[in-house]
Amino acid sequence: MTDAEVIPAHETALVEVHRRLGARLIDFAGWLMPVQYTGIIEEHRAVRERAGLFDLSHMGELFVEGAAAGDALAAAVVSDPRTLAVGRAQYSMICAPDGGIIDDLIVYRLAADRFLVVANAGNAAIVSDELAARLHGWSAVLDDRSLATSLVAIQGPAAAGVLGPLTDVDLAGLRYYAIAEGSVAGIPALVARTGYTGEEGFEVFVEWDRGIEIWKALEAAGAAAGVAPCGLGARDTLRLEAGMPLYGNELDRSTNPFDAGLGRVVKLDKPGGFVGRDALARVERDGPAKRLVGLEMAGRGIARHGYPVLNGASPSGVITSGTMSPTLGRAIAMAYVAPADAEPGTMLAVDIRGTGVPAHVVPLPFYRRPT
Amino acid sequence: MVPGDLRYTKDHEWVRLDGDEATVGVTQYAADQLGDVVFVDLPQVGRSLEQHATFGVVESVKAVSDMYAPLAGEVIAVNEALATQPELVNAQPFGDGWMIRVRIADVGQVDGLLDPAAYERLVAEA
Repeated sequence: MTDAEVIPAHETALVEVHRRLGARLIDFAGWLMPVQYTGIIEEHRAVRERAGLFDLSHMGELFVEGAAAGDALAAAVVSDPRTLAVGRAQYSMICAPDGGIIDDLIVYRLAADRFLVVANAGNAAIVSDELAARLHGWSAVLDDRSLATSLVAIQGPAAAGVLGPLTDVDLAGLRYYAIAEGSVAGIPALVARTGYTGEEGFEVFVEWDRGIEIWKALEAAGAAAGVAPCGLGARDTLRLEAGMPLYGNELDRSTNPFDAGLGRVVKLDKPGGFVGRDALARVERDGPAKRLVGLEMAGRGIARHGYPVLNGASPSGVITSGTMSPTLGRAIAMAYVAPADAEPGTMLAVDIRGTGVPAHVVPLPFYRRPT
Repeated sequence: MVPGDLRYTKDHEWVRLDGDEATVGVTQYAADQLGDVVFVDLPQVGRSLEQHATFGVVESVKAVSDMYAPLAGEVIAVNEALATQPELVNAQPFGDGWMIRVRIADVGQVDGLLDPAAYERLVAEA
């Protein structure tokens, strides 16, 4: 071999399973991860129609424990984890003092004095360091179990039917954004009703070494229901249809939660304050400088990350994510645009390789699961 | 996987020669690497292409790839079916998934294309 092959620093416990399934493996945030098995569209449809199985072991799992764990976390992130009942979860963000988003998170309350913070793979080390620094002086400790935890998700309408018989967790009683401790296929697990696909589904956290067993148990139990292994490619198109932001695309250090339309997550008035509060209070007062919108292309072409968005001849913003929606069969995108251009129905244009292709602003999400 | 009656480029395109006309498409290898093709942008008939000039774009769910003219010439036909059925590129890259037909401006450029054996080696080393 003449070309130097880039070897990612990390492999999940499931990498051999992926290889056996014929996955195309890529470097994602320093992890060797499956981008697709049979094809992104087929995997995407499997999740919408049946269910898909995802290896998400690259995500960061940060446990925060101690008498002051709730107060310390409340001072570190924009939401207020103290308001969570035990067994419930909330979407949150950790921001810099200037209000820029360091990462978006899910915070689960496992016990009165114990929380689980799940961070994106690409930010896990940064969030871990930042949280550790922000917990300093509080009666709370951080246990970064990112490299000791396997995470497998089963997402789609068939998920509960497949997972139910394998677990002692009462799935019917497990609400959306809730988590329970139990076992799956005899393996000690945390089972959460959360996901990133716009479908019903569950995320199962186990010890690193048990990842393969969990995967195989779910794969075997799901075979009759047509459960398909799914890679990061389908995960991206699924979350985009569901209007969910992706760190690095819709969210980054130069973006604050209000820009992203996530101001509801920010608890400006929570007792004790938090990092970024003053900057975010100013944004709330003055209004964000840009707004995240959904776009549907009205002409030929697919808007991609980084393409300019125009209103007439004037610049309006930039595409953050775009694809051909497998469910809708139309090209969709998310973009930051000038606040004046953010109303649904506004006709804008996307500069696709030098041609202005018309696109209209539509409400998010693009797809909502049938109820 | 690599039909013996075609010529090839390092950019994983194939060329079917027929007198002074050449039909151009992407190879099975390219189609597989791209993944599900969801959009193909082709030039207007009548356009003159320099050799190696970008003549179109093929997009999969995740990736955008330029296509390069393997030979200089005038575009005399484009595969209109790809506007509504871009998935033909994956299904039949050497057949119904063809892209453009050109009238070759300089037949001398044909000698610079890869023969099937050379292209097979290129793919094996990729």
